[in-house]
Amino acid sequence: MMSWEFFREWFLPGIWVTIQVLLYSTVLAAIVAFTVGTLRTSRFWIVRFLAGTYFEIFRGMSALIFMFWMAFAVPLMLGWQFVPLWSGTLALGMTYGAYGSEIVRGALAAVPAAQREAGIALSFTRMQRLRRIEIPQAWPEMIPPFNNLLIELMKGTALVSVIAVADMTFAGNLLRLATNESAPIYTLLLVLYFLLAFILTRLMRMLERRAKAGVGRAPEKKNGILTRKLSGRGESAQASAQTAGGVG
Amino acid sequence: MSTTPDSTTDKNPPVDGSQLIRFDNVTKRFGDNVVLDDLCFDVSSGKHVTLIGPSGSGKTTILRLLMTLVEPDSGTVKVSGDYLFHEERNGKLEPAGESHIREVRKNIGMVFQQFNLFPNMKVIRNITEAPVHVLGLSKEEAESRARELLELVGLTEHIDKYPSQLSGGQQQRVAIARALAMRPQILLLDEVTSALDPELVAGVLDLLRDIARTTDITMLCVTHEMNFARDISDDVLMFDAGKIIESGPPEKIFSEPEHERTQQFLNAIL
Repeated sequence: MMSWEFFREWFLPGIWVTIQVLLYSTVLAAIVAFTVGTLRTSRFWIVRFLAGTYFEIFRGMSALIFMFWMAFAVPLMLGWQFVPLWSGTLALGMTYGAYGSEIVRGALAAVPAAQREAGIALSFTRMQRLRRIEIPQAWPEMIPPFNNLLIELMKGTALVSVIAVADMTFAGNLLRLATNESAPIYTLLLVLYFLLAFILTRLMRMLERRAKAGVGRAPEKKNGILTRKLSGRGESAQASAQTAGGVG
Repeated sequence: MSTTPDSTTDKNPPVDGSQLIRFDNVTKRFGDNVVLDDLCFDVSSGKHVTLIGPSGSGKTTILRLLMTLVEPDSGTVKVSGDYLFHEERNGKLEPAGESHIREVRKNIGMVFQQFNLFPNMKVIRNITEAPVHVLGLSKEEAESRARELLELVGLTEHIDKYPSQLSGGQQQRVAIARALAMRPQILLLDEVTSALDPELVAGVLDLLRDIARTTDITMLCVTHEMNFARDISDDVLMFDAGKIIESGPPEKIFSEPEHERTQQFLNAIL
């Protein structure tokens, strides 16, 4: 049976490593998603082409194989290697960032052309239009699909265990080898991943509520059920938040 | 006279200092459809010019060209002496870069049919955003300017609302304030009352009459409100099939139009 000793020595640090990998690869994926996603709306075809190429390549690439490549092929080719944690983080961030770029591109494309024209009429530069007008308006639309992607990414962090990053899956595998207690160990892992996903969904729901208020759509307040029922606007925002949560 | 009909097309017309806007041989096509056909006209500083004509006759395209939302296929547009789409390099006219276009465009403001307010910003920020980030005004300066303008358009109490919380007429007033906050020399009004409920039209038109009377902003106005056009216009340009077929002061165009097409058009809408 799993000893407290082992849990403290391997499992707790494993949970922390999983959270670290998740955090770093989310930040990287977000940077990639916004950079590639906005570049894909560029006026210049060459920029669109290069960003589109990145998207196509990394969408079609197995994160697992890319991780192997980073961990085992790069050292042979370049003579130096990443810390395993960074091989895993880079592979996850770059592939999931590619998916994210499609969300960003789609949400930006859904901002009405009239908003772009109003921005031009006020002489904003293209960067200013993106930053002050288009991204803030596209942002609430991005959050529900980002929530899905974030949970995919969170579950994908288990892949780093195969390149010897001691995350919680790695700890679980280690413990199974030592004790042969497959059932409790993998049940515990399933529950832990589920809990992480649940927490992430909660956080994203909060984010969505705030984002919607920020574009003047149904500023959501923590009202009682009665007030919510009385205001139609609050109700519809509540409904959409429910849907978003339900998907995750 | 501040306008030159197409019939007097001159390839190298003399430049008059009072000409604020000048179109020279401007042609614009959308596919096979010629929207502006070798168009020449100019507008003097401080004038209020109304563009009328059947839909698809090119009048809105004039405004969109001036706002650089579309580019001409050929010809040049000058705004207060500077080419809008071109730069002179070594004595040759070349397509202008982004920053040149933006610099010339700062003289121009536009109010749209559908208001096009920024839904992610409160009323006050809709008005201050461009003065702060484009003109480089301080936040305090921009806000005091915005407050003055909101008072002018009668919306002081709505300063902290989002556009979605306002009626169409209120939104359009905010849009007018937003355009004026940039202190443009030229204001383009593109069917600004067409999307409004009938009872809200009068208020917006009164506001524009007020602005036309009390400021020296040059106005180019596309509208189907002929009474309004008659009130504020110094000149009326009648468009048909991408050409100006008749122009003159409103009393003349509306009362005794010469061109048969103008008579037909006015009979149909009055």
